[in-house]
Amino acid sequence: MNPANETTDPQGSVVSASPPLETVPLRHYGRWLSAAVLAVLVAMLIHTLLSHINRNGVTNDQRFQWSTVGSYLFTSSVMHGALVTIELTAAAMAVGVIFGILLATMRLSTNRQLRYVSWVYLWFFRGTPVYVQLIFWANLAWLYPTLSIGVPFGPSFVTITTNDYVTNLFLVAVVGLALNEAAYMAEIVRAGIIAVDAGQLEAAQALGMRRAQSLRRIVLPQAMRVIVPPTGNETISMLKTTSLVGAALGGGGELYRSIQNIYNLNYLVPPLLITGCLWYLTMTSVLSVGQFYIERYYGRGVDATRSSSSKFSSTLKRSFGRSPHTEVQPLERP
Amino acid sequence: MTSRLMVEARGVEKSFGHVHVLKGIDLEVKPGEVACLLGPSGSGKSTFLRCINHLEKVSAGRLLVDGELVGYEERRGKLYELTDRKICSKRSEIGMVFQRFNLFPHLTALENVMIGPRTVKRSTRSDLERQAMELLDRVGLAEKAANYPSQLSGGQQQRVAIARALCMQPKLMLFDEPTSALDPELVGEVLNVMKDLAEDGMTMVVVTHEIGFAREVGDTAYFMDGGVIVESGKPMDILVKPQHPRLQDFLSKVL
Ligand SMILES: Nc1ncnc2c1ncn2[C@@H]1O[C@H](COP(=O)(O)OP(=O)(O)OP(=O)(O)O)[C@@H](O)[C@H]1O
Ligand SMILES: [Mg+2]
Repeated sequence: MNPANETTDPQGSVVSASPPLETVPLRHYGRWLSAAVLAVLVAMLIHTLLSHINRNGVTNDQRFQWSTVGSYLFTSSVMHGALVTIELTAAAMAVGVIFGILLATMRLSTNRQLRYVSWVYLWFFRGTPVYVQLIFWANLAWLYPTLSIGVPFGPSFVTITTNDYVTNLFLVAVVGLALNEAAYMAEIVRAGIIAVDAGQLEAAQALGMRRAQSLRRIVLPQAMRVIVPPTGNETISMLKTTSLVGAALGGGGELYRSIQNIYNLNYLVPPLLITGCLWYLTMTSVLSVGQFYIERYYGRGVDATRSSSSKFSSTLKRSFGRSPHTEVQPLERP
Repeated sequence: MTSRLMVEARGVEKSFGHVHVLKGIDLEVKPGEVACLLGPSGSGKSTFLRCINHLEKVSAGRLLVDGELVGYEERRGKLYELTDRKICSKRSEIGMVFQRFNLFPHLTALENVMIGPRTVKRSTRSDLERQAMELLDRVGLAEKAANYPSQLSGGQQQRVAIARALCMQPKLMLFDEPTSALDPELVGEVLNVMKDLAEDGMTMVVVTHEIGFAREVGDTAYFMDGGVIVESGKPMDILVKPQHPRLQDFLSKVL
């Protein structure tokens, strides 16, 4: 070292006065290797997806029969199946969420009986498989050939024949899925409500709001921030759980059942499974985008000053892009 | 009507399980008066304040607001607990301001001010919006109407909280250490709003550590310690020449 370029600070340590040196970032040689391995694996995957084989006497057949996938993707039975799956998911989630909110408020009620009822409900429906529950509802007529509304142990006003209803597989599926879902939603909603600061309820009460009013106007809107992400999970999970309906009820017309009906005739199982999965993937992807916007809505006033995630594309960029910076954007009302 | 008291406490007691927090509080606030409650931490000031609007249930004694028992109804020598609906309607006549503001974060300042009348009184939006804007203007925050609480300073949040309580047109305002969570330079703006309110004739019960405010604005001061009122009187008397050693000790620490 050149002593002329050095000065001594008051503590006596040596400080270099020379111009700043060029910095060399750490070289991650391991990453080059892993990138190479990954590239080879991707190449193998693409190759196998597009390769040809001899199968069942057919020479040089497409291994995955993409042409079969393509020819079934938009057939009316597959599209109808997808539609039924969407309808089932929407109906079961709607009922499940409403019922779940009810169960959660019961669980948090000051009334001990309501708390117990809610707890027992959760214990039962979370503790038994949804597949079994579906079959159970389909066989309700065996236990109760008729159902009546009336005075307990007394006369009845309205009586229905159970079998008229359980033959409607869509109805049975919605009931079965929704009642099961309600148990899970109840816990999600309860977690959301608990997460809201107790001072919020007090402030609402101090204004003279009744319990139900404070819950609806003050607590639930804030709880939604905590409730929405796991509910998105539940919706995606529900979309896929509907594929049990066909097997459990022997019909119902949802997507997987439609796919199954086709491959039972032509035995082209893998291409048709791929056809189904492409639809499931499309639907779950749409749900994820929807979830993003719902989260943004309920995060207003809180999240907006914290992060830059006010556009879906910018979140994508943040997830996959290179810039680690979060820029603060002006708050706008959704 | 001057003989009627806005707040009247006679031997008010409160226990949480085995913890005896209030051990017989006597206090009187006439309409238009400002009563200041002082005392060390844990002495039961917040608990008493919360009893006044029935956020806490009184264990024993009589507590009346504007001549009516809080939370109970007296019939044939017995106290009957009021229904939730009646308690809520009584509460709506009493405004409360909290130490930690407790603004609703998902609503703008204006919506925060309007939400009480909107839900409780079902007021129509247009009238209410004008009234709420006037109140925001009165606390000096008209231009912040569209901001969310997270975009406001502590002092601004507390002023919105005061406007929110005022929008219910209360006959009594309760303040629980409204400035203790604020940075020193923000305390003044909140105290000024409270002073204006007092000059307008609002009846107020204020829990505070601001001795200056108590002396200047308070009509009466109460010093609480260990769940009882140890000394009370005109702020100018008891806060300048305290008689009780515990108040002398408290003042020497606070000032
Ligand atoms: N919900 C509760 N359950 C049990 N004890 C409580 C409850 N609320 C308050 N207390 C107790 O009552 C006592 C008085 O509390 P309080 O909050 O009224 O005091 P404070 O005078 O307002 O004090 P600070 O100046 O710190 O706010 C404390 O000892 C506290 O621990
Ligand atoms: Mg307190």
